[in-house]
Amino acid sequence: MAERSGSWVSPTVEGYLAGLRAGVTSVFLVVLVGTFISIGALAHDLGFPALWVVLSTLLIWAGPAQVIMISALGAGAAPFEVAVAVSLSSIRLLPMVVALLPIVRAKNTRWPGLLLATHFVAVSAWIEALRLAPGQPRENRVAFVNGIGTVLLGVSTLSTAAGYYLALAMPRSLVAGMLFLTPMSFLVSVTRSSRMLSDRLAAVIGLVVSPILVSAGVGLDLMWTGVVGGSVAYLVHRWWSRRREGRE
Amino acid sequence: MNAATAVGDLWPYVLLILVGFLPSEVWRWLGMALARGIDESSEVVVWVRAIATAILTGVVAKLMLFSPGALADVPVWIRLGAAAIGMAGFLLIRRSVLAGVVAGTAALIAGDLLFGP
Repeated sequence: MAERSGSWVSPTVEGYLAGLRAGVTSVFLVVLVGTFISIGALAHDLGFPALWVVLSTLLIWAGPAQVIMISALGAGAAPFEVAVAVSLSSIRLLPMVVALLPIVRAKNTRWPGLLLATHFVAVSAWIEALRLAPGQPRENRVAFVNGIGTVLLGVSTLSTAAGYYLALAMPRSLVAGMLFLTPMSFLVSVTRSSRMLSDRLAAVIGLVVSPILVSAGVGLDLMWTGVVGGSVAYLVHRWWSRRREGRE
Repeated sequence: MNAATAVGDLWPYVLLILVGFLPSEVWRWLGMALARGIDESSEVVVWVRAIATAILTGVVAKLMLFSPGALADVPVWIRLGAAAIGMAGFLLIRRSVLAGVVAGTAALIAGDLLFGP
């Protein structure tokens, strides 16, 4: 772009390279390696083909959805039932995409790049993108997200294959530990990235409300947790910031 | 269905698309459609991020209390204790995500080896 001074590389290339760098230094790499090794091992133990579970990582790219799909299919659940369970666990992807795209989209953004960035949205890449993309020039941001996504999804895909072939050699406690990486890393990184009152409140409400709904046998528990918890948190945040403004 | 007998067949891959990829990906596509016309400073973004956050910690609670696979064999008090140790590690060691994850996971494995089934 002619009006950009000091750089002769296109914003796409520049953003993508910066994204690759951010991906390589992400703490989520450790978490993803462990998580996807455990998913590969799970698929091996339930008798699925290696290519199948590797493709599941590339296509689905959402740990909880994959764990649910693999264990439910392996247990012989009806396909429709599995589809519903997978879909419910992935509802979170909708608000995550809606929260991220307005921050990274620019006038030069074209839909294939944006569609790719949308596919890369998963908890790990989303948290890194929300945290780091605002530090990039706006026209670089979609490519930046795609760079982060390439590294995180690429490493996860390789880890899935590794886990599949390592399954027999791994003690049960270690597999349990790796399955624990997903909830543990989600919990810690949400705590770190929640700065607004609405986010902090939503995090606490989600933690408390979802198990109550599950125990009470309420269907669509995650959807209700999000809609009710997120809205209550947002309203409290509005009320609080209005009160503060009123005082000044 | 015994998954092993279907190896070499296309059916598992069709199943992967129908019950794995599409039911999950549809939320991303829907999000992409809904994000059009919303700008960064919009209050909607704050509200939607709160929804995403509540669902996220909802997933955390579900995975820890109603765990899948090998994690289900670890007693629930060890899982919750390990989560608390992980949070403590995060808060005490420079709010580092890595420190929290390593502390929590190490505590879980140690707890399982010492007190597990």
